[in-house]
Order: sequence, then structure tokens, then C-alpha cells
Amino acid sequence: MIGYFFKRLAGAIPTLLIIITATFFLMRAAPGGPFDQEQTLPPEIVANLQSAYGLDQPIWTQYGRYLGSLLHGDFGPSFKYKDFTVTELIAQGFPVTLELGVIAILLALLIGIPLGIYAALRHNLAADHASMSVAVIGIAVPSFVVLPFLGLVFGIKLHWLPVAGWEPDSLRYLVLPVIALALPPLAYIARMTRGSLLEVMRSDFIRTARAKGLPLHSIVLTHALRPALLPVAGYLVPAVAAIMTGSLVVESIAGLPGIGRYLVQGALNRDYTLVLGMVIIYSTLLIGMGLLVDLLYVWLDPRVRQQ
Amino acid sequence: MSGFWQDATERLRANPTAVAALLLMSLVMLLSIVGPWFSPNSAEALDWTQVASSPGLQHAHWFGTDRLGRDLFVRTLAGTRVSLAIGLVATLVSLVVGISYGAIAGYVGGRTDHLMMRLIEILSGLPLIFFVIFLTVIFGRGPALLFFTIGAIGWLTMARIVRGQTLSIRQREFIEAAIASGAGTPRIIVKHVIPNLIGPVIVYATLTVPQIILFESFLSFLGLGIQEPRASLGTLIAAGAGEMEAAPWILLVPGGVLAALLLCLNIFGDGLRDALDVKER
Amino acid sequence: MTTTPTLQIDNLSVNFAGRQGPIPAVREVSLRVAGAESIGVVGESGSGKTQLFMAAMGLLAGNATASGSVRFEGQELLGASAPVLNRFRGSRLSMVFQDPMTSLTPHLRIGAQLAEVLLHHRDATRTAAWSAARDMLRRVRIADPAHCLQQYPHQLSGGMRQRVMIAMSLLCNPALVIADEPTTALDVTVQVQILDLLRSLRSEFGMALILVSHDLTVVARVADRILVMYAGRVVEASPAAELWRAPQHHYSAELLKCAPSLSGPLLARLPTLAGQAPRPEEVAAGCAFAPRCAAATEKCRRELPELRGSATRQVACHYPVSP
Repeated sequence: MIGYFFKRLAGAIPTLLIIITATFFLMRAAPGGPFDQEQTLPPEIVANLQSAYGLDQPIWTQYGRYLGSLLHGDFGPSFKYKDFTVTELIAQGFPVTLELGVIAILLALLIGIPLGIYAALRHNLAADHASMSVAVIGIAVPSFVVLPFLGLVFGIKLHWLPVAGWEPDSLRYLVLPVIALALPPLAYIARMTRGSLLEVMRSDFIRTARAKGLPLHSIVLTHALRPALLPVAGYLVPAVAAIMTGSLVVESIAGLPGIGRYLVQGALNRDYTLVLGMVIIYSTLLIGMGLLVDLLYVWLDPRVRQQ
Repeated sequence: MSGFWQDATERLRANPTAVAALLLMSLVMLLSIVGPWFSPNSAEALDWTQVASSPGLQHAHWFGTDRLGRDLFVRTLAGTRVSLAIGLVATLVSLVVGISYGAIAGYVGGRTDHLMMRLIEILSGLPLIFFVIFLTVIFGRGPALLFFTIGAIGWLTMARIVRGQTLSIRQREFIEAAIASGAGTPRIIVKHVIPNLIGPVIVYATLTVPQIILFESFLSFLGLGIQEPRASLGTLIAAGAGEMEAAPWILLVPGGVLAALLLCLNIFGDGLRDALDVKER
Repeated sequence: MTTTPTLQIDNLSVNFAGRQGPIPAVREVSLRVAGAESIGVVGESGSGKTQLFMAAMGLLAGNATASGSVRFEGQELLGASAPVLNRFRGSRLSMVFQDPMTSLTPHLRIGAQLAEVLLHHRDATRTAAWSAARDMLRRVRIADPAHCLQQYPHQLSGGMRQRVMIAMSLLCNPALVIADEPTTALDVTVQVQILDLLRSLRSEFGMALILVSHDLTVVARVADRILVMYAGRVVEASPAAELWRAPQHHYSAELLKCAPSLSGPLLARLPTLAGQAPRPEEVAAGCAFAPRCAAATEKCRRELPELRGSATRQVACHYPVSP
């Protein structure tokens, strides 16, 4: 088991390296530079700026220096946010985004899976159709429509929750954003669980469990649930990716000081180091999630270990 | 073969939600095209006398106006047209790309197939938004960028399905054909592959349209897609989000239309999938 | 003095919901298992032999309905609620299925799957349950019971998995075990081992056994009495020895002819039974076997033969084979 984990880890590192390298060279290869946006500066000043930021060095030197500083946890200075290094920006914003994302995925799983099980056990009855209809809404309607709508109802009309803003250590500001963010993956997970469970319940080994005289809750929880969750496990990485994407918009609408805005702003401002830093963070998260899912697979289906 | 389509149509008709969804979305589409004729207002004209006025059928502006005094009814319909157009065109593009890619992979098989599928795996894993960000950093904003990235959705699933079907058909028909006639394999493939493909392709095309519309709205919302003063549902919603407290209808109208459109497309797509009995992967 | 039969099935019919009406899989079958008999039920696929016992155990698929009566030790099982059924299933009445690979839960250890039967039915402690499981594995002749307990189904061979299934069925000392094609998915050499195991376990535990198979040779090793099924009905019921000696139904006679025997003379061609069994929805009026029967007459095609005979031997045929 441990060996399996380290094997996967060893495989993940080259992937990350490739992503970093590809991003780095792609960005440097782009026409234009980080200083183009501002009022046209006289060339000497541009040259000075370039040299100050090390942009006039040969590209391989830049690459090497970048990797080196990465190992020290230094993402380099931000080209646009003059007084901050990327590391500082990340340190400020990452905890917020992380909190938002983690709560969202947990919510999606903790509500989505039971909902799916409930619908499967009430197959073709009213409860099944009702919950799946609600699920379609979750899947179809985007978070940037849901969140303002929620804010309108719960914030402006009912005054129960704040519409936007942020206070550290205060969960009230996270409630609506988390709901808007979690809704699509939640709906997806619910539908997936339902479909998968229905199929698993038709398996031969469930028939054996029935023949053993086991009560339904025992059959579902002990025998059917783990195989039924296999597709959900496979969906976890796309779910996290979807939540990451959604957080860009949700943070912006709800005024949350996370790192999402840096990605978009960095792109629009051509802030190389910032975007690079963001890509590294997000990629690491996704790859890490992938590793976790691999481990999860082994627990869900012992046959995987053999491969 | 016609019996299959008859069965499917019956099943679809027996599904009231799907039918309702189809009707509603057809209505919205129709309205987006002919609606502006009913209103004397235009999508760009600024009416300074009626800035941010609330909706009402007796008013000059039925759905109200936005912060700049533009008529919301016409503007929303214009935005709907843009979003729908992008959705349909991009779906067509991903259909063409996806079917070709999948058919080649499935037909050629072997290492080529393996490589092609690996590429799809990698591309599926990466959030599309990152590509968009990349390209924006490199090339700046622009309509070409928009079309490229939007066309990048949807073809992945299509390719996978087509490849799967092609593979299974190839294995089946090959053996039969080898025994039977030997000649005419391409004809056999055309005669058998296409009919088997139509079902899944229609379903996934229907489900791809809302995905694309959603992504385009998402991008436009962030400022990476359609730009002001051109209207798309995304930009309208972005503008509306800012005015939520004072003038909620600026958000509710385009938001409602987008939600309804996406919902109907998804429900109809699901209904289609059930009627044609297409399995998930 | 009549004791309650272990299993009494009366006029059981099973129908599946079809597009154009119900499809009958089992038609008015009655059977009786007294005491600790060993009964073999033989028939081709589609004869209804599996669905018959699925109905008895309450394991029918969602689109199937059953009518009639199934009484186990006096208790009516057909249509009984889940709690009632679960009192009997797995403890007094158990079943062994055809494919042991798919019939065992892939992510649970063998020990867990065995122990849970005792945990539920006997309210045993974990230690006691696992210990009893280990003992049972030994009794089904598994070489290293302690090690086997810790393994997963995919780590065992087909024969071992079937022994585990049998062990699972015997844990609560049932009155009746139904084995549905227990050897079909196994190698021929392993088949013999499993059948011998079943026979010796029967003498050890003293339970009644119903063995369902399409293969006469399989049933021959174990059964005292044989029921032959065709197209959803019982066409002949007879003590085993008498069936081999003198089958009365033409279908049974053909089956016997087709069963290859290694001890008999070498044949140039293996005898086969012409034609195919009718699909459940295709069965016409009259005797279902008539289209394939050499002795069939107009009467056979028109009139359905009833199951008639003595207390020990019955046959459903207008013109049974004369001895």
C-alpha cells in the first residue's frame, strides 16, 4: 500500500515539472510583455525595468533561476502588484480560497451521496423524480447566476445573510458562496450515486446478500455502497477542477479575498510570475487530489491493488 | 430501423418534462429572433430619461432599463441570440472535430488509437479555464480566442463516443464481412456505423450546447469573452450583479433567461437520452 | 401422522412483464420436499427451474410476479414481508448460486462475508462468528481456513469460492439448501469434488438439498428423487434409480440418451435432441414438448397433459414411454 502510494507520487512529480516548464516557456514565448499595458514608456525605462526583473537574461537562465527560487518557496515578484511578491499574494489569498473550496466539496459529497442513495432506494417513486429534478437545476444553472439570486433572496430581501464581503474567522460570509459553488458538483454526485447504486443493486453479490437474509440497510451500506461509489471517486478530480473554476467567479461576486482574482487579473495584465504561480498552485492541488483518489480506489475496490 | 425511431419518438412524447422543456426553449429561441420586432426600442439606444427604470408592461420599456438607459427586453433578446449562435456554431465545430477524431482513432486502432486517446485523457483532466487564461496572457483578448476556446469543449466527449462505436462496429462487421463478401468494407462501415452513431451524437450534441453557452457566459462574465457594448447573456448578468441592490431586474431578466435556457436544454437532452436509450459512456 | 413438509410449493406460477403481455416462466408447478430428502431438478435453460426457486426465496427481479403458494416449514413465504423472509433466508433456508466469482462481494474479506450471517441470525460476537466461520471452512475441505478468512474473493480459485458459498449456506444449520447450478461455472474435475462435498455434507448436517442443473450427470451423483422440467412445467417426477432405469416422459428418455457416459460403448456420433426448447412466450396450447416428440399425436398438440401417477412417480404425458 505504501509502496503503491510512493509509486504514484513518483509519477506525479514529473507531471508537475512538465506543467511548470510548459507554462513558463509558453508565457515567455508570448508576444508582448508585462510592461506593454501601461502608458507607452520610453525604451530606456523599459530596458531598465526588464533588467531589474531579470527579463533580459537568456531564457534558460531565467528558467533555472525560477526553478531554484521555487524550491525555496519563492514565486518571484509580481509585475503588476508592485509592492508584493507572488508568494505574499498567495499567502494572503490562498487560505480563503482553500476554505471555500474544501467546504464546498465536502458539502457536495455529504449531501450529494445520501441524496443519491435516497433517490435510488425510492426508485421511480415521487421522491426519486423530485430529487432528480432538483438535481438538474443544480447542474444546469451556473454559479454566477445562482449566487446573485441567492444574495437577492437571502441577503437583500430577507436580510439573513450578507451578500458580499469578508471577515476573517467569520463563516457567515461564506455560506452563500459555498452553496452556489457546491450546487453543480452536488447535483452531479447525487445523480451519479443514484445511477450507480441502482446498477450495483442488480449485481449477483447483492442477490447473495439478500439470500443470506440481511436487512436492506446492511446490504446497501456494507455491500453495495463501496462499489457504487467508484464512479463518484472518478469524478472527484473533475469536481475539484470545477470548484476551482467556479471559485473565480464566486470570489469576484461575493468580494472574497481569495486567489481567484489573481488568476484573471494576472491574465489580463500579463503578469507572468503571478499567473505562473497560480497555475502551479492549482496544478499541484489537482495532482494531489488525483493521488488521494488513487488511494481511495484501492479502498473501494481491493482488486485494483493487483494492477 | 424506422421502428427504432418510432419507439424513440413515442418514448419522448410520453415524457412530459422533456416535451415541456422543448416547447419552452423553442419559445425562447423564437422570441429572441422575432421579439425585437414587437418593441420600438433598440438594443444600443441610450434613453437618458429612463435610466434604471423598473419593468412594467405599461412603461415604455417592458423589462425596464439598465444603468445606461438601454432597453432590457431587446437587449436580453439580443444577448440570447448571441449566446445561442455561439452555442450552435461551436457545437457544430466540436461535432465535426469530435466525429473525425473519434472515427479515425477507432478505425485505425492500435498505437495511433492509444496515443489519440491519451491526448483526450490529458485534455479532459485540465480545467479549460486555464487554457483560456494562458491564451489571454499570450494573445490578449479577442473574438478569435473566444471561438477557439469554446470550440475546445464538447469535442472530447463526442470523440470518445464515436471512437467506442467505431471500434465495436469494426470488430463486429469485420468478421462478418470477412466471411461474407470480403469486398465493400467501407460500404458496410458507412451503412452500419452511421445509423448506430446518430443516436448518441444527437444526444451529446444537445447536451453540448448548454455547456458551451454556459462557458461563454462564464467567460463573458469574467471579462474574457464578449465585450461591452456587445451583449451576451454573460455580460448582461455581470452588469446586473453589480446593480443587485438597487435594480434587481437588471440581473433577474438575463439571469432568468439563461437559467431557463440551460435548464430546458439539459432536460430535453436527458429526455432524448432516455428515449434513444443511450448509456453513459 | 403427517409432519409438516420442509418445503411445499403449490401451483406456483411466475410471469415476467413483457411488451405484449406477461411472459410465463413457471407454470403452475407443485412440489414437495419432506424431511431431509435430496432432490434434483433438471431442465434446459428457459425451463423455469431457476425462476422457480428465485420465487421461493423472494429473489425475483422487479418485473416478475409470482402467484401460488410456497410454504417453508409451514410458513407462507410468497408475498411475505422482508422482515419475515429475512428470518428464514440465510438461516433455515439458504441458497448457493451458480457463479461464485460474481456472487461474492468483491471488497469484503471472506471472513467478513461468512461472519455476518452469524452476526445477524445468531446475534453472535465477532470473535465467535469468525471462529465458527473458520470451522466451517475446514468442514468444506478448505486447506488453510485461517488464511482464507483474510483473503478477498478474487484471490481464490473457482472451486474454493464455491466451497465458501457452500460454507456460507450451512453456517446456521439450515433445514434446506437450494443449489442452483453450483458446478456449471467450474472445471470438470472440480465439479466432481464439489458434488461429492455436497453429498457428504448432507450426511454430516442432515439437511434437505435441492440441486438444480441442466446436466443429468451432475444431478445423478447427488439426488434421491428427480424432477424433470420443460417449458415451465414439471413433466416427470421420479425416484432417481427408477428414472435411469425406465424414464416415462419422452423428454426424459431423450435426456438420458444424450447424457454421455464414459463407461458405455464408444459412440461414433453423440446423440442429440432435435429442435430447440420453445421460448417462454412461444409455448402453444397442448403439450409443450409435442413439436419435438416422436410419439406426438393430435391429442398431444391440443390437450395439455396433467401430471398423473402414484405417490412416488408422476408423469405428464398422454402416451408415456412403455417400459
